[in-house]
Amino acid sequence: MNWDAGLPLLILSSSLLPGLVIFFLPEERVATRTTLNLGGALLKLVLVGVMVWGVFHGHHYETRMPLLPGLDLVLRADAEAVLFVTLSTVLWLVTTVYAIGYLEDSPHRSRFFGFFSLCVTATVGVALAGNLITFLLFYELLTLATYPLIVHRGTEVARQAGRTYLTYTIAGGALLLVGTVWIYSLAGSLEFTHRGFVAELVDTHRAALIVIFVLLIAGLGVKAALVPLHGWLPQAMVAPAPVSALLHAVAVVKAGAFGIVRVVDDVFGVEVAANLGVTGPLAAVAAVTIIYGSLRALFQDDLKRRLAFSTISQVSYIILGIAIVGPAATIGGLVHLVHQGVMKITLFFCAGNLAETLGIHKISEMNGVGRRMPWTMAAFTISALGMVGVPPLAGFISKWYLGLGALDAGQGWVVFVLAGSSLLNAGYFLPILYAAWFKAPPDAWPAERTWGSRETFWLLLAPPVVTALLTLAAGLLASAPFSPLQWARFITAQEYMP
Amino acid sequence: MAILLPLVGALVCFLWPRRSVPLGLVTAIGVVTCVAGLGWQVVVLGTQRYAVGGWGAPLGIDLYADGLSLLMLMVTAGVGLGISAYSTSYFERKQSALFWPLWLFLWAALNALFLSADIFNLYVTLELLGLAAVALVALAGGADALTSAMRYLLVSLLGSLFYLLGVALLYHSFGSVDMAILAQRMEPSPAVWAAIGLMSAGLLLKTALFPLHFWLPPAHASAPAPVSALLSALVVKASFYILLRLWLEVFPPGNVALGQLLGLLGAAAVLWGGIQALRQTRLKLLIAYSTVAQLGYFFLAFPLGTATAWKGTLYLLLSHALAKAAMFMAAGNIIRFGGHDRIADLDRVAHRLPLTVTAFALAGISIIGLPPSGGFIGKWLLLDAALRAGQWWWVVILILGGLLAAAYVFKVIGYAFTQAGVLQETRTVPTIMEWVALALALGAILLGLFAPWPLALMEIGLPFGRESAG
Repeated sequence: MNWDAGLPLLILSSSLLPGLVIFFLPEERVATRTTLNLGGALLKLVLVGVMVWGVFHGHHYETRMPLLPGLDLVLRADAEAVLFVTLSTVLWLVTTVYAIGYLEDSPHRSRFFGFFSLCVTATVGVALAGNLITFLLFYELLTLATYPLIVHRGTEVARQAGRTYLTYTIAGGALLLVGTVWIYSLAGSLEFTHRGFVAELVDTHRAALIVIFVLLIAGLGVKAALVPLHGWLPQAMVAPAPVSALLHAVAVVKAGAFGIVRVVDDVFGVEVAANLGVTGPLAAVAAVTIIYGSLRALFQDDLKRRLAFSTISQVSYIILGIAIVGPAATIGGLVHLVHQGVMKITLFFCAGNLAETLGIHKISEMNGVGRRMPWTMAAFTISALGMVGVPPLAGFISKWYLGLGALDAGQGWVVFVLAGSSLLNAGYFLPILYAAWFKAPPDAWPAERTWGSRETFWLLLAPPVVTALLTLAAGLLASAPFSPLQWARFITAQEYMP
Repeated sequence: MAILLPLVGALVCFLWPRRSVPLGLVTAIGVVTCVAGLGWQVVVLGTQRYAVGGWGAPLGIDLYADGLSLLMLMVTAGVGLGISAYSTSYFERKQSALFWPLWLFLWAALNALFLSADIFNLYVTLELLGLAAVALVALAGGADALTSAMRYLLVSLLGSLFYLLGVALLYHSFGSVDMAILAQRMEPSPAVWAAIGLMSAGLLLKTALFPLHFWLPPAHASAPAPVSALLSALVVKASFYILLRLWLEVFPPGNVALGQLLGLLGAAAVLWGGIQALRQTRLKLLIAYSTVAQLGYFFLAFPLGTATAWKGTLYLLLSHALAKAAMFMAAGNIIRFGGHDRIADLDRVAHRLPLTVTAFALAGISIIGLPPSGGFIGKWLLLDAALRAGQWWWVVILILGGLLAAAYVFKVIGYAFTQAGVLQETRTVPTIMEWVALALALGAILLGLFAPWPLALMEIGLPFGRESAG
């Protein structure tokens, strides 16, 4: 097997193999486990770096093995895959560091990190999948790998949340499966191709294609938390903070959103989808989700729940960007895939720090916390402002392109959705910032732990600071080569090139 | 050889009960080697026909091996090896002396059945199989086991009787019991239809297709763990195999109504078995009802009748054999460890047996049909066949069945993630019992990743050649 064909497989194995080994490690082998975790994460980062460089220089990375006669398992590094793979690899490294700090001395760590690695493997598989059946395989694997992480704490609430999660995702997976088999039986192929592979069926099987589209989007929409399929996400907040961070920023929610991007762009192709008249309703659903998520977020006092509803709202920006047919909007959606991930993971890290260090879970307990934990809250502030869309932060770039794209496509109503959502974002983030920085701190925190002179354990502090810097960088350096924005342009150029 | 060896082994074990464990194990390994040898022959040289005693059809007994029988032999060998390894530590000495001869005898019967080329020989082996299986169920002792063994015996005899009547009718009409000859002479007539009806009914009873499944859950649940594994994984498949052979090679084509009926019953089994499994409070009964549901899937191919559908069914059959054996073994470990199989009290046990729980979970993935697993491949093929045939209602059944399976599998697995304290009084589970369960479950998963190879095997001798050409 030569290098170009083996690289995607290597990238998968760099988290799969350490994960499998970790399962068998005794609980007390902390050093070995940490080495394996970080080693795998770093190795993956290097490999992905090589791949980004290679793809930019025209290399074609593809691993292919037969699954069924006429159907292959395909891992391929096209531009979209690279975007998502890079995101998940970088954030995995950061989250691993965070999780090592967060879970210090808690039980079942081998189990946790084992499934954690499997989860990332599945996410990378989702990203690299070169056809719909490979995508489906890793998508289901992701469901299975995240379930143990959600119920990790083992409390009755956690198990209830796990059951809800499974009910939603397995049902969603079933819809996706039906859609996949159906489209295979019609088109005889499942390969992702720019501009889709069903164009010749539009005239003969119009109704079937619309139903298939609905099936696929509904199956993916469960994970992407499209209203009304979002019910599991706020409940899943009982998971440990690193899991929530991963779930919201990279793994599950993103896998759903990325899947929708794939279906619209590479299964149907934007023109065919627009011709079928399915993009309009999809945009409408996304718009409703954006507004609904923001509204619900306004009324949550639990910090993680507010962030969860904010995720529901923000992820639909990606879908909205894809569903407004037009280059600029597509750029906005794709770039938000990265931006939302970086920003949301910071917010969840910060929420975890507050809970671990001071025992703060509610927004009403956050008065004056900025003075006690300045670094954490600084990171939080940058990301929150980014979410609102304050220039020059990452979120602004996404919204700018989305608005531009909507106007290009003659869909002015989207601008109102964006403006309304930004207002609502401000409505639920700014009071937190105000309380944290300007209100007087209480006499005692709910449950304070101290780490010498530092505000918190350094393993917990470093990750959010790093990701907050990434948020800044993604906005300030948006025009630099290899920035998420440039990459999104690169992808979009391929999609819309005549 | 594949038949003789376990037979001899059974005799030897019977004669020297004290040495039965090592002798049995050696026999098991020997049989696996023989099957591998036969496999090599079939793959390299094509189908094999062997006339016992050199007489040949239509006078003597013919043995015949093609891809289908080879596949059945191999899965039997794989599961059989696992069961043998598992049983070395499962049974106490006294039971062990009874178990080994019976089990090897059963294995011989299974192998003979898969190699038989005529329908009377099939009857003989089926009957032997049934008797050995009944004796094994009774091995657990106790009133429960004896009652269900008795019921199983009656069902088994009744099923064989129906089948034998059908054989007699066919022999009377066409003067032969060889399948190849029958297939040539076959022409529709009332006697043939009666024969088909009788034979099918008998086999369906033995395969426990809904609503003839009533005997299966108690029999499978009350037997010792390796026996349950054996029954669910292999024995019910034997009668299904006969039905499949007859359907594909002997019965005249074109009985659409019967196919649809079988499909409907299969669908009912999938749903009913799934719902019943979900309602069980005991682990082994849950697994047994899951078998009822899974058997239902096999019959969904009859109304479709395309090569893809048959292959999907066979694939499901293979992966179910591995997965279900793993599940029953996992349940056996849990019972050995905690002394009970009440699902609601599983949490304490689950924490201490991570390998067993993993085995159960992996097997569960295949049973649900999630990728990557053999179950997924099987379902994919069936779904594909159903959609291509335009019979979308089977798609609904397949999906619903998967959802039900997910519900009952995760009902069990959920208990692995509770905060239960450590149980004080614990009995240890031999390591080999945990690893065998895990190995079989892994096999079911790997089937999902290496599908082209078994699928190619199915083409040897082309039992479904007519369809795949068209």
